Amino acid sequence: MDYRLQRQNINTEPFMTKPPQYNRKSIVMRTDKVYKCEIINIVELTHLEKLFHLKILNRTERRIFKFRPGQFVMLEVPGFGEVPISISSSSNNTEYIELCVRKAGRTTSVLHQAQKGAKLGIRGPFGTSFPMEEMMGSSILLIAGGLGLAPLRAPVYWVTEHRDKYKDVHVLYGAKDPEQMLFTYQYDEWKKVNNINLLTIVEKQGKGWDGRTGLITELFKEVSIKPDNTYAIVCGPPVMFNFVCNYLDGLGIPMNRMFVSLERRMHCGMGKCCRCMIGSTFTCVDGPVFDYWSVLNLKEAI
Amino acid sequence: MIYKVITKNEFKKFINGLIGENQTFGPKQVDRRADGKAVYQFMEVSSFDEMDLNYTVTYSSVKNFFLPFKEELSHFKFSDNDWEQAVEYRVNPRVIVGARPCDINALAILDKILMRGAFPSPYYIARRKNTFLIGMDHEPPEDCFCKSLGHDTVHRGFNLFCEDIGEQYYLTINSSKAFVFLKNVKAGKPTKKDDVKLIERRKLLRESFQARVEVAGLSSVLDIEFKSPVWKKWGDKCLNCGSCAMVCPTCYCYGIEETIDVGMKSSRKERVQYSCNLVDFAQVAGGHNFRPLKEDRLKYRFYHHYRGFAENADDPICVGCNRCGRACLAGINPREVISDLQMEG
Ligand SMILES: Cc1cc2nc3c(=O)[nH]c(=O)nc-3n(C[C@H](O)[C@H](O)[C@H](O)COP(=O)(O)OP(=O)(O)OC[C@H]3O[C@@H](n4cnc5c(N)ncnc54)[C@H](O)[C@@H]3O)c2cc1C
Ligand code: SF4
Ligand code: SF4
Ligand code: FES
Repeated sequence: MDYRLQRQNINTEPFMTKPPQYNRKSIVMRTDKVYKCEIINIVELTHLEKLFHLKILNRTERRIFKFRPGQFVMLEVPGFGEVPISISSSSNNTEYIELCVRKAGRTTSVLHQAQKGAKLGIRGPFGTSFPMEEMMGSSILLIAGGLGLAPLRAPVYWVTEHRDKYKDVHVLYGAKDPEQMLFTYQYDEWKKVNNINLLTIVEKQGKGWDGRTGLITELFKEVSIKPDNTYAIVCGPPVMFNFVCNYLDGLGIPMNRMFVSLERRMHCGMGKCCRCMIGSTFTCVDGPVFDYWSVLNLKEAI
Repeated sequence: MIYKVITKNEFKKFINGLIGENQTFGPKQVDRRADGKAVYQFMEVSSFDEMDLNYTVTYSSVKNFFLPFKEELSHFKFSDNDWEQAVEYRVNPRVIVGARPCDINALAILDKILMRGAFPSPYYIARRKNTFLIGMDHEPPEDCFCKSLGHDTVHRGFNLFCEDIGEQYYLTINSSKAFVFLKNVKAGKPTKKDDVKLIERRKLLRESFQARVEVAGLSSVLDIEFKSPVWKKWGDKCLNCGSCAMVCPTCYCYGIEETIDVGMKSSRKERVQYSCNLVDFAQVAGGHNFRPLKEDRLKYRFYHHYRGFAENADDPICVGCNRCGRACLAGINPREVISDLQMEG
């Protein structure tokens, strides 16, 4: 008489010893396994935002980790929590990635105390990306509000690395006040070396600021846009991309040539926890990058 | 699929055989409600007689065996300026006896979402592969509307399914494991007469459903009625307690919790079942809530359940067990909400 169930031990299966490949869908992998990284540099951008340079320590994992502008990682601070953060560096940089993190809550506050040499974990890359190839041959408007410059920086790098493939490139950046402006040290390079038309504006006048003040839409007065051959990428708080996209729509840029990156609460990045759902769409898998037409067709998006 | 018949006495021997060799869970009465009705749950059993296979419905579903309320995803061990992460999957084999068709269909839906799709869950796969599931038909409780959703009969997702044809069970054998185990007892080939009894039994069960919902066109009604006053009417009643999702056989949303042990030497990362009706489900750092109103959250739960979403081929995921309706202290139940929506539409 035998009634004993045999153990199906999946802990001994081959996938258990392989690094997960988050770029490959539908294969069984250790979905919670992080790539261990070391903080190799920290740049203090403002009193709220820091830029972390993270190097994946294992060579195989470093090779596997390939991303496209617009994608994000789940950043694990062991013992504290895991948060979605857009990759803010060049997709060509295979040595390390840069993440610009705002101190916003529990996990990000702990992260802000971390020192160079500390070890963190990342899973990813996750999500959709900006269609940089499709935009080749056209002019590009890269529009960011506040922290939105962090995700926008990856496509900016892409454009500078393929500058000859694009016509006019405008970066329009608006911040609350001059102290909150991110990556100010790069502006000269973007303008002078990369032939980017960078326009900045702040809502509130601050010490030593002699630039423009007002809302980001003010900047549109200074650029000439050919709507039939222009793409736009808009990153920022929902209110901002809403009126920016409406404005661009008014100019005649087709809605499927405007791209936005949406933000929702996230706990997995893999279409499983459902925290990021907008209507019946997963922001983490079907987004975060959506064209504006799709956004308007999403229930609950705006 | 292979079919056999087994007498109820032999079946008891069979189950006791399984119980003797494996950790086994079956339906047991655990309490009595104020109105006198028995409350059942799946509990560990040490003999066939401890189970009540004539149970009406268990308060929570078998889902919790595959998606426990809390489950470790990984743990970290700290040393100096470093840590190691360990990931392990639970693999204790166990037997579950007496799951009802709609509960098994619910698992089949979860299989589609959690074992396939973009990122299959090894946690779920490990638990599913190590569970021997025996299903059983029954006369539907008066408020169950699984027939309306086509989940009153079941074809997959179990190892063995038993249909009561009087002195015998008509067995559907869906795994080689079940086939081999059945060699321990006397189970014969069904005769013509058994087949006739089976057809009669199925007809009887089909006709004994009292509750129903109108599902025709429901997903497009939900798309169109996204801004309906129905949501406010029912949303205002909701207490945001999350009970509906806890007892539901297909709700699987979750949150993550990380805790450091007191000695600061290690930490655990756990998946915790969550509910979209809880206030902070879609709240982000800084306090912005993407679903600030009760009606937004209730609507979203219905939208997810009856409109479906891409991960499940846009099929509804509700199986119609009405556990949420029974558990809800505010009296919110899918039959009335859907009927209100259908009237609007
Ligand atoms: C696709 C995407 C890209 C992002 N990119 C960046 C970036 O480049 N830089 C940056 O500073 N921030 C970014 N954010 C926001 C960042 O994820 C939140 O600020 C962060 O999760 C807050 O976590 P916390 O633990 O400090 O806050 P708490 O309020 O303590 O949050 C607890 C948990 O809630 C979840 N959560 C809270 N707020 C958010 C949120 N806004 N988005 C998603 N999950 C949240 C997280 O799982 C977090 O662990 C991004 C968010 C998304 C969705
Ligand atoms: S939504 Fe309600 S009726 Fe439908 S499966 Fe879940 S608990 Fe059962
Ligand atoms: S059980 Fe009822 S009151 Fe509680 S969250 Fe669900 S619908 Fe709301
Ligand atoms: S973050 Fe979990 S489903 Fe999108």
